[in-house]
Amino acid sequence: MTEPNEIEAAGTERNQQKAAVRWIAIGFSVSAFASLALAVVYFLGGQPQLEGTLLAIALGGIAVGLGLWASELLPKGPFVEGRKTLHDAPVDRHEAEAAFEGDPEPVERRSFLLKMLGAAVAALGVAALFPIRSLGVRPGRELYKTHWTPGARAVTRAGTPLTVNDLDVGGLLTVFPEGHVDAADSQTIVIRLDEGEYEDPPGREGWAPQGFVGYSKICTHAGCPVGLYQQETRELFCPCHQSVFKVLEGAEPTAGPATRPLPQLPLGFDDDGYLVATGDFTEPVGPGFWDRDHD
Amino acid sequence: MIKRFVRGMDERLGASSFARQALNKVFPDHWSFMIGEIALYAFVILVLTGVFLSLFFEGSTGEVVYEGSYEPLQGVEVSRAYNSVMELSYDVRAGLVMRQIHHWAALLFIAAMVVHLCRIFFTGAFRKPREINWIIGVTLLLLGIFNGFTGYSLPDDLLSGTGLRIAHSIALSVPLVGTWTAFLVFGGEFPAEDIIGRLLVVHIMIVPAAIGGLIAAHLAILWRQKHTDFPGPGRTETNVVGSKLWPTYAAKSVSLFLAVFAVTALLGGLVQINPVWLYGPFRPEQVSSPAQPDWYMGWVEGALRLMPAWELRAFGFEIPNPFYPAVLLPGITFLLLYAWPFLEARFTKDLEPHHLLDRARDQPARTALGAATLTFYTVLFFAASNDLIAKLLEVRVETVTTIYRILVLGLPPVVGYVVFRLMKGLLASGAERFTQMPLSAVLHPRR
Ligand code: FES
Repeated sequence: MTEPNEIEAAGTERNQQKAAVRWIAIGFSVSAFASLALAVVYFLGGQPQLEGTLLAIALGGIAVGLGLWASELLPKGPFVEGRKTLHDAPVDRHEAEAAFEGDPEPVERRSFLLKMLGAAVAALGVAALFPIRSLGVRPGRELYKTHWTPGARAVTRAGTPLTVNDLDVGGLLTVFPEGHVDAADSQTIVIRLDEGEYEDPPGREGWAPQGFVGYSKICTHAGCPVGLYQQETRELFCPCHQSVFKVLEGAEPTAGPATRPLPQLPLGFDDDGYLVATGDFTEPVGPGFWDRDHD
Repeated sequence: MIKRFVRGMDERLGASSFARQALNKVFPDHWSFMIGEIALYAFVILVLTGVFLSLFFEGSTGEVVYEGSYEPLQGVEVSRAYNSVMELSYDVRAGLVMRQIHHWAALLFIAAMVVHLCRIFFTGAFRKPREINWIIGVTLLLLGIFNGFTGYSLPDDLLSGTGLRIAHSIALSVPLVGTWTAFLVFGGEFPAEDIIGRLLVVHIMIVPAAIGGLIAAHLAILWRQKHTDFPGPGRTETNVVGSKLWPTYAAKSVSLFLAVFAVTALLGGLVQINPVWLYGPFRPEQVSSPAQPDWYMGWVEGALRLMPAWELRAFGFEIPNPFYPAVLLPGITFLLLYAWPFLEARFTKDLEPHHLLDRARDQPARTALGAATLTFYTVLFFAASNDLIAKLLEVRVETVTTIYRILVLGLPPVVGYVVFRLMKGLLASGAERFTQMPLSAVLHPRR
């Protein structure tokens, strides 16, 4: 005989199942409609926001349906499964060891042969590494020099050379050596300072004619362009890790992780009145590397 | 139908007993076991959307004039790579959504892996016999981060170009082999033309294949070893309690996959990510400001920013500044991660296999160490936006940096100690939850 509360329980369960079936069906049909709508949107030319939303509804509808199906209608358990110990019996292990050993009666000089095989494989491995060398050029001198040469005109990215009048006091420009506006390692920032406020650091006399100072634009920390200049403080900022360089003091770093000043480019004006370099940077530009001092 | 299918398979493969075992395999139901699955499904989404993107992307730095429908850039000289990404975003139907889903899924992929790793760590699921899967998991995290970086470097926009430049400098900073490494990887001095094409091969072939293979191994080992389980009534070291693979667990899991896909689709449709048209094409003398990488690179970026202006110089040689935060720190981080199961086994002298999990409070020292470590990396992560914080609070960046330097060293021990006391107190009081724990248990855990 069935107790009345059992009948009741079976009744609510049936009701719950009914509700679940309804919601699952709703989930699947919403998904189908969203997919149709997605096709229509795509056909009409597409629209990113709608596409994303409709795709989400199409996927989400099935997700909800399946999720409810699993949690409400499918066998729930909990089921218990035994867990065998992972390792096998000791005899298996011994047999595996023996199998690994392979030859139970090795020739006398097996270890010698194995060593020779090892040497041959190692040599082959080394030989196989050589194609890696083809991937790039030898580091060589490239890191130590740029395209600036004595007398090279300083031009803008568009290729325009500069005269004194092209830069006001307080202004700055990014310049390249003429003919090499694509040379990333040669990018130089030229700032025109008031001649009265700037004094050449020792050993760099005459490098900044009429207040035009040039510094490598490549941060000595990790190579970002030192792109921001604050005129009031005469400081150059690197936006990558916030190194700060003092323009009036040879671009020495005063904050941030940079350890070295930006190298200075010796500048001058040629006979036609154009801004030129009077030589290359006297040290490697950009980030450090282990043998940087071994030019 | 089913009968005929099973008979057909059995007659050809002898698969019946395997199929029966597989379909009846029991999986525990705890929600935290789903996190790894989220990572798996994010990877599936990455492959699906990635295949679509790869049909349009051009891995070349050759110059073309942009003539697509994004007006502000019309007539500008850009690389073919950038041009193809612009075309995908503006002129290929559904291209933008695919791109954005792909990027969001990548962020989710790595996030899910990190959370999964935390779950494994704090519950001691890495203990014997699961060390191999721990090692595979750490490798997957490493590969995921690496492929995320190569991926967002591909569009050749100003932000990713800045990232590549820093990567070149980091490679340069390695003692002895740095210059060669940088020149071989990039093909020469920065900005080398070959790099985009190379990154493409690495990003769409080599690393995904490795990730796919390792995931297969991860799952096969999991299958063989079976899931761990939380202690509870009826759960022992010698059983697994939960749902059967077929049909309940399979339906749940497919539902999860679709849900993850739905969330990334919604994000990809509604929340803009990596708008390369706003950054502009890469130019070596320009830089985007502010420049923050994707979130999973934040800790390295933060370390680069917090590192004081020190470097080692001796005998005319130097170990440049970026080496310490960007090579040494990640190196140590992953070394410790790889070694952790073995280190802990050594400290605790526990060489037994375990299938029942620890609760965080059961191992106060491990939990405290984990919390302190997470704190360290979280502070580094936030330090990656020291410039934005300084701007927001209207203070000097140097001030913010100094505060972070103090926090990154000071906060982890504090957090570790507090967590240690809390765990001890929780364990001693026998309370179920934090809220039920008497304060005295924290203050005097011994009583
Ligand atoms: S690249 Fe300039 S501060 Fe790091």
